[in-house]
Amino acid sequence: MGAVERNTAGTYIPAMAVRTLQQKLAILSDAAKYDASCASSGTTRRDSRAGGIGSTEGMGICHAYTPDGRCISLLKILMTNFCIFDCAYCINRVSSNVERARFTPEEVVSLTLEFYRRNMIEGLFLSSGIIRSPDETMSQMVRIARMLRVDHGFKGYIHLKTIPDASPDLVAQAGLFADRLSVNIELPQDASIRELAPEKRPETIRAAMADVRLSREAAKEKTLTGKRPPRFAPAGQSTQMIIGADAATDRDILKTSANLYSGYDLKRVYYSAFSPIPDSSAALPLIKPPLMREHRLYQADWLMRFYGFEADEIGAAHPSGFLDLAIDPKLSWALANRAQFPVDVARASREMLLRVPGFGTKTVTRILAARRNGPVRYADLLRMGAIMSKAQPFVTLPDWHPGALTDSASLRARFAPKPEQLQLL
Amino acid sequence: MIRIDLPRFGGFGAWRDAARQLATGRIDPAQVTWADDGTPPELFGADPVPPPGPHPVAATKDFLSLAQTVASHSDPERWALLYTALIRLQDNRGFITNPADPLTDRLSRMAKSVRRDIHKMHAFVRFHELPGDGPRRSFGAWFEPEHLILEAATPFFARRFADMDWLIATPEGIARFDGAITYAPPASRPDFPADASHALWHTYFANIFNPARIKTDAMRSEMPRKYWKNLPETALIPEMLADAPRRVQAMRDAGATDAAAFAARVTARIRQIPDDTPPETLEAAREQALRCTRCDLCHAATQTVWGEGDPAAALMIVGEAPGDHEDLQGRPFVGPAGQLLRQTMDQAGLDPAQAWMTNAVKHFKFTPRGKRRIHQNPAAGEIRHCKWWLDIERRMIAPRLTVALGATAAFSLTGNRSPLTPRRGKLETTLDGGPVLITWHPSLILRLDPAPAAAAREQFAADLSEAARLMAA
Repeated sequence: MGAVERNTAGTYIPAMAVRTLQQKLAILSDAAKYDASCASSGTTRRDSRAGGIGSTEGMGICHAYTPDGRCISLLKILMTNFCIFDCAYCINRVSSNVERARFTPEEVVSLTLEFYRRNMIEGLFLSSGIIRSPDETMSQMVRIARMLRVDHGFKGYIHLKTIPDASPDLVAQAGLFADRLSVNIELPQDASIRELAPEKRPETIRAAMADVRLSREAAKEKTLTGKRPPRFAPAGQSTQMIIGADAATDRDILKTSANLYSGYDLKRVYYSAFSPIPDSSAALPLIKPPLMREHRLYQADWLMRFYGFEADEIGAAHPSGFLDLAIDPKLSWALANRAQFPVDVARASREMLLRVPGFGTKTVTRILAARRNGPVRYADLLRMGAIMSKAQPFVTLPDWHPGALTDSASLRARFAPKPEQLQLL
Repeated sequence: MIRIDLPRFGGFGAWRDAARQLATGRIDPAQVTWADDGTPPELFGADPVPPPGPHPVAATKDFLSLAQTVASHSDPERWALLYTALIRLQDNRGFITNPADPLTDRLSRMAKSVRRDIHKMHAFVRFHELPGDGPRRSFGAWFEPEHLILEAATPFFARRFADMDWLIATPEGIARFDGAITYAPPASRPDFPADASHALWHTYFANIFNPARIKTDAMRSEMPRKYWKNLPETALIPEMLADAPRRVQAMRDAGATDAAAFAARVTARIRQIPDDTPPETLEAAREQALRCTRCDLCHAATQTVWGEGDPAAALMIVGEAPGDHEDLQGRPFVGPAGQLLRQTMDQAGLDPAQAWMTNAVKHFKFTPRGKRRIHQNPAAGEIRHCKWWLDIERRMIAPRLTVALGATAAFSLTGNRSPLTPRRGKLETTLDGGPVLITWHPSLILRLDPAPAAAAREQFAADLSEAARLMAA
């Protein structure tokens, strides 16, 4: 590990007497890693040919991946991990004995620019513990964003975490400098927020999201003089909820997501499996993070956003209210709705093709293009990216018919992973 | 055999010129050898390039853009495949858009592989700062892509890093930027001086990793091992992985600790203990209503939409419930129906600012449909729960006259659920003993077909004028 060594808390910090920039970076990136979002896509296109530094070209770029499978697109750090709130799930809560540090605004700006110049990041994702007051914290974050944009002509991506109780004025400024704003809903149910994050209020969090949506809409309307007001958070807003820290079922979670998507024009809802934190709270015992559950929720979320599924439909496939962990939610829906299958690929509507397990959105677009040129056969579908092992029971083709397979009782067993024998201790 | 020699850089332009000329003679693709630096000379000598033939040659924009991408592929056959496709395209425009065609499929896959490689180069190039005394800072990088993408991938860096000089060296060649990009043949891998920001980057990489969630498959599928040689931080991965279980176990073993004494003091200072004593002022009632969880509507709605207007008003307007706009803004009657109400009040001589405008139910009820929220009528239970707040508002405002907009408001105020049509335009008595004038909800007027809407609008205006007359009396 070279210059980097471990301390007892498991944080990698350099062994030195005074708290250096490197030590602060170690503490404040360690404190930031529980935020799942790292997206850097979907903002305005701009570059540095007319001055400044940086560019955004629509598509986000992941510059590295860590062994937890998450991408590094942005420098994701906390301005400080000092916090006056006491949220049970959070490593930075006031009652935690975690090591504390605080960046100066200049340090954040310099780290962002130096990493950026070496092509390590797309920009900055800045969050913070609440110091003194929400307004005080938010105004310092806005100051950092302003320094980057105005003083350094930074054209890269900036994502600011919005503090729900901050004054609308500060949020309005944040939206002018940031590409994306986010407010974390934190937990899928209001009751859990009130219980586990007693300083936060679900209605305030939602009102903050509503404000961002309204500001974005206002910035899209031309004024009386025909001028366009400055863009407000052009990459939109997102939120995150922790999975597995409360008793919410997947159906509750998807319902909450559907409500959030419909109300606040969110680009993404991130699901973050509750993960052990150093110095945990007695109110919330540590668990193994439910990574598969998180994965299934993302799949279900995708079905809602790109495949025309409603939250209720996905939830209805499971009487327990939890998604099937062994098979994906689309397959699970298809198994519960076999009366709608098999689908004739030559004639089915786009909407129905999107519901076939093993067909992705791109495959469906290709099928629609290909069937204008003639019959689409089994081998063609394979070439077009369809996962035929999954699709087989649900489609008919000129050279394929599933016969009794669609309705066979053992169909689920075909897809579910083989049960593993328990190991002896 | 006809041999076409293509240059190291600018190969696509040269291929395009040659392919166009060959295609005018419909020269059989099998008769052409496409050669670059590494191609050995033809065993039996090459035939001369024939002069332009009689046939017109056309290519679609989509094909040209596909061809330009495929031109960066490392497969030596790429030029021949593209020429074959160009010849086929002359008789059959459609084949290139048919994903089921094997040649289209192969070219699409090649293009995809090139695009991915370009994307990964944009992602994985790591610059090191080079010493220099010029006005511009200077950086260098070594990168080994899978395909011949130096020319295709480097303009991105020119757009992004316009204010610094940089060079990117690859086995294919070197790109240098000092305001414009120039390309040069390859040289051996340069040694870059140590760069302190790389040490900081390693610190970041090691600490942003969560040891409790190992997903190495996801990491490897996005950051394939073939690129690791370009990424110094990947050297940390084995130790990070090896150490992860110990770190997780340490977190478990440590369990919860006692908080420092100051934590409790901070919490005591900032935690707001909800005040649930019966409110004595309208403002205290509003504060309490903002936290209301009497029914389930609060979980989906954004916020409580409390009444607005003059607390000493003699006129109270009661609507059904906030809609989409009201829910987002936290203010009553700001959506389309609210605008119609305010406009009609204005015409009737009623000033909305001098009335108390509120709703029978204070939370928005809706069904989500993609990016929209479809309004739903509140249920009787929700109306009853929310009557608690309406009663408080009525007690504190004590209006001389109330106007009930629609069935929900009428039910909440009078307890009478019978149909509205016979009741509209008449005065009834509220459960708390005051007069209430029943009229339509303005959203009904907005929902109706034009003819009945016009009639309802007239009745609505007449009712509000009647309210104005009653207030003046």
